[in-house]
Order: sequence, then structure tokens, then C-alpha cells
Amino acid sequence: MGHPPAFDGPVIAVSDLRMRYGDKDVLTGLDLEIEPGGVTALLGPNGAGKTTTIEILEGFRARSGGAVAVLGTDPEHGDERWRAGLGVVLQEWRDNGKWRVRELLAHFGEYYKPYSQSWDADELLQMVGLEAQAAQRVQTLSGGQRRRLDVALGIIGRPALLFLDEPTTGFDPHARREFHELIHRLTDLDGTTILLTTHDLDEAEKLAERILILAGGRIIADGSPDKLARAAATTAEVKWLDNSGTLQVHATDDATEFVRKLLATDGGTVTDLEVHRASLEDAYLTLVAAFEAGQAEAAVDTFKEATA
Amino acid sequence: MNTTLHAYSTGWKRGLIESRISLTTISDLMGFIMPTAISIAVLFFMRGADFEGAPVSLGSMNMPSLIGMNVVFGGLMSIIGTLSMDRTNGTLLRAKSMPGGMTGYLVGHVVATALYVLATVAVMLAAGLILFDGLEFDTPDRWLLFLAVVLMGIVTTLPLGAVLGALINNPKNMGLVMLPVMGSVAISGIFYPLAALPGWLQTIGQAFPIYWMGLGMRHAMLPDTMSAVEVGGSWRTLMMFGVLAAWAILALALAPRLLRRMARRESGSAVAARRAEMQRQWG
Repeated sequence: MGHPPAFDGPVIAVSDLRMRYGDKDVLTGLDLEIEPGGVTALLGPNGAGKTTTIEILEGFRARSGGAVAVLGTDPEHGDERWRAGLGVVLQEWRDNGKWRVRELLAHFGEYYKPYSQSWDADELLQMVGLEAQAAQRVQTLSGGQRRRLDVALGIIGRPALLFLDEPTTGFDPHARREFHELIHRLTDLDGTTILLTTHDLDEAEKLAERILILAGGRIIADGSPDKLARAAATTAEVKWLDNSGTLQVHATDDATEFVRKLLATDGGTVTDLEVHRASLEDAYLTLVAAFEAGQAEAAVDTFKEATA
Repeated sequence: MNTTLHAYSTGWKRGLIESRISLTTISDLMGFIMPTAISIAVLFFMRGADFEGAPVSLGSMNMPSLIGMNVVFGGLMSIIGTLSMDRTNGTLLRAKSMPGGMTGYLVGHVVATALYVLATVAVMLAAGLILFDGLEFDTPDRWLLFLAVVLMGIVTTLPLGAVLGALINNPKNMGLVMLPVMGSVAISGIFYPLAALPGWLQTIGQAFPIYWMGLGMRHAMLPDTMSAVEVGGSWRTLMMFGVLAAWAILALALAPRLLRRMARRESGSAVAARRAEMQRQWG
């Protein structure tokens, strides 16, 4: 559905991207390449730098270092034509609340006219399931309806690349499912590459063909949901309480051998021994928990061991 | 298709749509009618008061000044208010995410605000002519002068509003701008002739565009003998246009630069941070 890209190569190419706020490093050498087509999820705990990354790609934020090309152009120097090739759906948008839904779509479609054949407002309404709300004021829409309108505004210019930043945050299960169905419909129309950020593994597995896990300022895992799940399952997690009663956790490829050695050398102090075949969910939840406890570096190492 | 021209024409359409929306939104309509109605009512009760034997009442004298004040107020406040609100609710960021969107957004607001100011002026002019005695507004030269001063006022205050609006990055700082503007009204001869104030206050009052807008309106609507109560006993026509033009040039030179800076700083997390701060303050 997008216009043919005026360049060859990846839709997004990022190397050694760095971002620093004051003395806090948010991105520490992020490498990323996304080929045209499909849905890619950028998954990571809150505060991992997902929004920062996506804002740099959208051209809304200046980076501290590294090379970035989006649709073949550095976002910091993107012109209006480049802008027309992008669709942006943000976490929380409450703009133009007094406008009526159809009126807003029809008017915003006009901005794209010099660049592409923008969507007809009625077709779009049908696609995102808002025909019944066409004459309603935007501020009276529910959260889920509002986000579907945001998606309609995001794709209105038939973009080559669509950004969705945490699109289902704050949704109830029903709104969430409807939204997921909408994303599936979008992927049926070819020509648009979708990059979505989420902190929810389940959502990433449902929607994306490729998952990139962002933590500690870098991409620490990259692959299809299947591949990541298989990688995580080859390792097992061994937990026990040591002689001071502290919980110890160790990830290993060979749990039997590890436990044999542990019990041979502990002098009888190990209690509450547990061996757990890890799933991707386990590995990810451990990562998130450690992040929230402020142990970012250690968490990344553990996760890498688990999915290596 | 010329893309810049297209952005301007889309912005023009946006301005017309915004105006239509305002006319069909109760809260917007009340915001338009109430201040105008209240100020006309206040003047209406001043019809009986005379000023040092002048040929028209204090009410009739202040009516033109009030129109001048509303041009400045309408132009400044609606642009400042809109810019700061639209940064919090993401309207500005939305504009930034579309090709030519920023241009369209600004043109749209200039159009909508200009229409708003013109509508206010038309309503007040009609009310003034019907309710107040002693106004002189029956010759084409007065109509032309009136129109010229109003347009000059719009050209001056819209970019001035954009400059101030771009500088305020947070709605809570609105007061920082409201206070000096209110202060300048008090010493701008809107409600009482400037010549009756101490000399140093006269000097300060004449530095602001609001005095000159009031003067221009009085010039267009009051009998010529009324110029006797003005500073220097004259309408100072050239000086009036000159000072307004100087403000306009200053604002037009600064506005694009400040608006670009404002647009550059806009991002999703900036909007979210602003909104979070508002929520903390207002609960």
C-alpha cells in the first residue's frame, strides 16, 4: 500500500547509535537493520530506551552519536518528502479533540496529496472500524477507538514505514484484541513495514515476525519468536538457597551436571533446590524484574546466557 | 504541485474548519461572547459619565478604545493559549509528523485567529454604533482608517502572540505573560485618557502597541475635537502606524526563528512529560 521506496536497501539501518541525557547513557551502541516488509517488534522493559530509539528514527529527537538511515535518509536531515513516507502512532495523543472523526481524516489526508495517493477517508474509517463514529467529535471516542483513529492517521499517506509506540498501553483485553486484529489487517496490505515497540512479550509474539529485545542500551536478542523461544528453552534455570539463606539463580545448558557439582561441593548447606526448564517468557520476566530492581547490566548478562 | 503552496492552502482550509468548529462549540462560543458582552455592558453604564466637559460621554469615549484593546487581546491571547495547549495535547506534534504539517498548522491558526478578531471587531462596532451617542462613523475615510488600523493591529499582534507563545513551553507559565499584558492595559489609556496619567507612566504606556491601537480606533470613531484629550493634543496618525509597524517587524523577524525552535523540541516524550506535570499540579 505504500509508494515504492525511492532507495534500495533496508528501511532502517542503524549502527552504533548512542544517546546520552546529561550523564545518563540510555543507548550505548545500538545496531539494527530492518528490511522492507513485515512487522518487527522492539521489545524491552520500561525505561530501556524504546521510545528514545523510535523518536530518533522518527526524526523527533537528535542523537548523541552513531549513524542512522531511515528510508535511506538521516532523520535529522529528513525533508517533507521523507516525512511523507513515514507514519507515526504515538503512545498517547489527544490532539484536535473538537474535530469530527471523518473531517479530521479528510483534512489530514490533504497534506499528503503532493507526495502520494492518500487514503480516502471513508475507506480508512471502514478499515479501522470507525464508520459508526464518523460524525462524532474526536474527544468523545473511547481509548481504543482513539488509538484506531491514530492508526488511521498514521497510515493515511500510505507510508513505507509505520511506527507504533506502545500501541496497546492501557487497553482492556477486548480493545487489545481488536487492535491486534487491525494490525494483522495492515500487514495484509503490502508495502508498509511496521516497527512497533512494546514491553509485553505476549504482544510481540502475537504481532511480530521478528523480535528485537532492547535492554541496557543495546539490542540483546534478535530473531523470530520461534527462534528466540527455542534458544531460551535449551537452557535451564537452577535456583537454591545457600548457607546464608540467600536465593541463588544460575542458568545452564546442562542442569544435571551443574546440580551434581553443586551438591558435591556445598557441604550440605544447599536447600530448596529447584530446576526449571526456561521458556522465553521466563527469561524475559527475569530480565524485566532485574531491570526494575535497578540491576540492568547483570540482567542483560543473565538474559544473554539464557538465550545464547 | 508546489509543496509549499499546497501546505499554505491546506492551512487556509484548516483555519476555516477551525473557525466553523468554534462557532458550533458551546464553550468556544461562550468564550467569544462573554468578555465582549461584559465589556459592552460596563461601558453602557458609563454613558452618563462625562469627562471634563468633553462632547461625548466616557462610555462613548471608551467604546473605540475597547475595540482596540480587544484586537490586541484577541490576537495575543488566542495564539499564546492555543500554542501552549496544543503542545500539551499533542496537536503540534501531530502537525510535525505530517509533510508540510507545521506550516499548515500555523497558517491555519493565523487564519482562524484573524477571523476571530475580525468577528469580535464587527460585533463590537455594531453594538457601539447602536448603543452609544456621539460616535462619528459615517464617512468612507473613517471606515478606511478603521479597517487599516484593525488590519495593522492583526498583523502586529498575531506574530507577537506567536513569539510569546513559542517562549512559554508550559501552560502554567501563562501568568508570566498575562500579568504584563494586563499591566499594559492599565497604563494604555483604554479606560481613562493617557494624558491624565503622570508623565513617566505615559512614556511607558506609549511603548506598548495597545495604546496605539486604542488611539487609532478613537481616531477613526470619535469627533475630531476629542483629539484635545490625547497626548500632545493630536491623533498622531503617522506615529500610530509607525509604532505598530515597528512592533510588527520585530515580531515577524523573531517569530519564525522561535517557532522553528519550538517545533524542533517537540517529541512524544516531551508531550508526555508536560502532561504528567500538569496532572501533578492539577490533580
